[in-house]
Amino acid sequence: MRSLPSLPHYLLRNAEQYANRVAMRHKDLGIWREWTWAEICGEVQSYAMGLKELGLCHGDKVAIIGGNRPRLYWSFSAIQSIGAIPVPVYADSVAEEMVYVLEHAGVRFAVCQDQEQVDKVVSVHDQLPGLSNILYDESRGMRDYDVQVILSIDAVQNLGRRALERDSHRAVQWRTEIDTLSGNDMCVMLYTSGTTGRPKGVMLSHDNLIITSINANTFDKLDVDEQTIAYLPLAWVGDHVFSYGQSLTAGYCVCCPESPETISADRREIAPTYFFAPPRVFESLLTAITVAMEDASRPKRAMFDHFIRVAKGYGEDVLNGAPLPLFSRLHYAIGELLVYGPLKNRLGMSRVRVAYTAGEAIGPDIFRFYRSLGINLKQLYGQTEASVYITAQPDGQIDADTVGIPSLDVEIRIADNGEVLYRSPGVFLGYYRDDEATASTRTADGWVYTGDAGFIDEKGHLRIIDRAKDVGRLNDDSLFPPKYIENKLKFFPSIKEAVAFGDGRDYVAAFVNIDLAAVSNWAERNDIVYASYQELAGHPLVYDMIERHIEEVNRDLAAEPRVAGACIRRFLVLHKELDADDGELTRTQKVRRKFINERYQALIEALYSDRDTQFVSTTVIFEDGRKGKIEADVTIRSLGEVPDMQMAS
Amino acid sequence: MNHARRWSDQLSEELGSGASAELLSVDNVSLSFGGVKAIADISFDILKGEVRAIIGPNGAGKTSMLNVINGFYHPQEGIITFRGKQRRRMKPYQAAASGIARTFQNVALFKGMSTLDNIMSGRSLKMHCGFLWQVVHIGPARSEEIRHRRRVEEIIDFLEIAHIRKQPVGKLPYGLQKRVELGRAMAMEPELLLLDEPMAGMNLEEKEDMSRFIIDLNSEFGTTIALIEHDMGVVMDLADRVVVLDYGRKIADGTPAEVQANQDVIDAYLGVAH
Repeated sequence: MRSLPSLPHYLLRNAEQYANRVAMRHKDLGIWREWTWAEICGEVQSYAMGLKELGLCHGDKVAIIGGNRPRLYWSFSAIQSIGAIPVPVYADSVAEEMVYVLEHAGVRFAVCQDQEQVDKVVSVHDQLPGLSNILYDESRGMRDYDVQVILSIDAVQNLGRRALERDSHRAVQWRTEIDTLSGNDMCVMLYTSGTTGRPKGVMLSHDNLIITSINANTFDKLDVDEQTIAYLPLAWVGDHVFSYGQSLTAGYCVCCPESPETISADRREIAPTYFFAPPRVFESLLTAITVAMEDASRPKRAMFDHFIRVAKGYGEDVLNGAPLPLFSRLHYAIGELLVYGPLKNRLGMSRVRVAYTAGEAIGPDIFRFYRSLGINLKQLYGQTEASVYITAQPDGQIDADTVGIPSLDVEIRIADNGEVLYRSPGVFLGYYRDDEATASTRTADGWVYTGDAGFIDEKGHLRIIDRAKDVGRLNDDSLFPPKYIENKLKFFPSIKEAVAFGDGRDYVAAFVNIDLAAVSNWAERNDIVYASYQELAGHPLVYDMIERHIEEVNRDLAAEPRVAGACIRRFLVLHKELDADDGELTRTQKVRRKFINERYQALIEALYSDRDTQFVSTTVIFEDGRKGKIEADVTIRSLGEVPDMQMAS
Repeated sequence: MNHARRWSDQLSEELGSGASAELLSVDNVSLSFGGVKAIADISFDILKGEVRAIIGPNGAGKTSMLNVINGFYHPQEGIITFRGKQRRRMKPYQAAASGIARTFQNVALFKGMSTLDNIMSGRSLKMHCGFLWQVVHIGPARSEEIRHRRRVEEIIDFLEIAHIRKQPVGKLPYGLQKRVELGRAMAMEPELLLLDEPMAGMNLEEKEDMSRFIIDLNSEFGTTIALIEHDMGVVMDLADRVVVLDYGRKIADGTPAEVQANQDVIDAYLGVAH
């Protein structure tokens, strides 16, 4: 099938071909509201007309700041249909972070979800000379703003409707203008979250998104009957492809939850067929299940434990359609009836045909748990510069340690230093106003450096070890892959975050953040009394538990020749949670190593001394921007001799 | 863009224009329990559309004052005028029917019922269908419930408690229970809302949320609010006018700034030899 030139073309196609099919749902005032493709097309048209009335032109940039709400998705279409470029911005960034992106992109308009976002933009408007209008979706609290420059999306649509009534020719004109869009035109600009340095604006073309979306739909046989729930940040490329690009090209329905807090209930009501979540979500769901089961009555717990063991035995084979003895099949079927079915229903995953996880490594136990229940959870590997898809696991070829085979039309190559390179139709146009960065990331013949170190295994599947630049060496020249070690630690439910140190040092040491939900439940069951996060984190029994986890990780590491030298010798449990508001994590919850190195210099030095405790005082920023101080004496613990597996074997 | 104005600017302009009328006035009210004089000869008024704070040290008679206003206590002396009507004795449900709603210092919700049902219960005075109609749930009873449910859902949306809609309130954290209680009071669509320490026991973030709800409630729905609060920062930010009580007497009445500068108030809070 030949693809159409632009995403707005797909909107027009869907409005004809799937006119009466539900394209979008949104839970509002407790009720799911629906819009068909034809209705959405009408809404987008009046919206686009209104934007033109306000003076938005071809090539202008428009910031979109907010959560997953229908009008914000329509904003994408409306803006793209007049050849302007939407720039979604992470809604939880504070005004100072936001202003960099808005200024760098040179936005003309800003579309905000609510007063909170409008206020952020207003507070920095003097740094944004190009900004002429602010639009908003939710009218709450917006009564006393200047209506000349700050107006509701409704008002803009009414402006558009009146313009259409005055001059019916405009509707035709709108379609003609869409026809002038071509596949090579910039379609959207997505800012990378900036793990290192300033965020960069990744420019993607219509072709990038359309071809990648169609390929992804083909790969997983996704069609017009799918249902998804949109709950990931709009500014993240994944949401733009899963909830926008793939939905437009396949014609499937996207559901917007009532609020970020109601997602699990909303997901249960919708029961999506295609589902994406970062490992974090699967982890926290599993933690919630485990906690709930620990509080359940004894017979229930026994039944659960029994059938989860059965699932571990046969689940993967059942999912892959492998031959199994009749008895095993029956046993699994009873489990489905009693445990897996109700559990999947509870998770809102009863109808999931394809579920993906990406962004970070997922714990093998967690990954296998979901698969054993009969949920087709797979891994993929991608990045913004590739319009997501680089590799993905095909059905039936699943391994917890790999990220799959190259996606359709994608070529992969491993550089001499181990870095992964790819070339595909999804490769971005370049970084906005940063030719230097573009040139250093993409070669002249179209290969893109991922920045990740990895290798292709004997089955042709890609394995990622770590960020290429993070892979370091200890003083004895053994390999030190920090993220690889941290991920192994984070696979334990009681460890939320970990930071490993070791490059240019004598041994590996680590910071650990406990997971409050899991550890507090554990503390309750073990009669451990504590008054605060800080006190719980510093509790000797918590240290004992973490120490046992680290010993287990060390045994794992020692068993792998490539990383055997990187066993953890000393660790401490941090007195506060690492937080994006304090700049310790990125907005996508990745550790900012350089920042942590500077901020916790004293603690790191203590890890490499023979001290048992270290005093630390940290400034923290509350959600309202106020500052406070947390002080603590953090205990440092050394581990016993690392088991030498090679000697034993 | 430069003209983006905050609600407070406009509000103060409106108040300055003298457009506001008296909603409630308390004239020479005294209340005693046996030999204890809880309230002694107090007079003040509440204007339509304002946020009026009642402050004072512990035992000053603040909660007694609220109880007098909503008809729970009957003062031995004095007159209360609400919406131009004088009254001496009034039962709490009559006060509720006439447009006064309140929340309590200690959360007083139906603990076993869900958030939704608790707020729905605030609509009961507005329901017209009888018990039997509601049991069979057809015709007018049904359409009435749908209408009320919609209003309740708007309140849930306003207070951002959709995620706890179906949870029993007894299991909710304290800050959320306070919010549900505010929701139930809002469901009555009162003209005067009495809040008894709406932020007691809350952390900073919860207080900020609650302040925002009170501000929006006041300026978006036009509800007049009388609140008792101990957090002076909150009072100074929220209130248009403040009345200060001490040992059952009124010692000051005026704008937050005026009250803050009043020597009697400073003495009452810091303590002087009586």
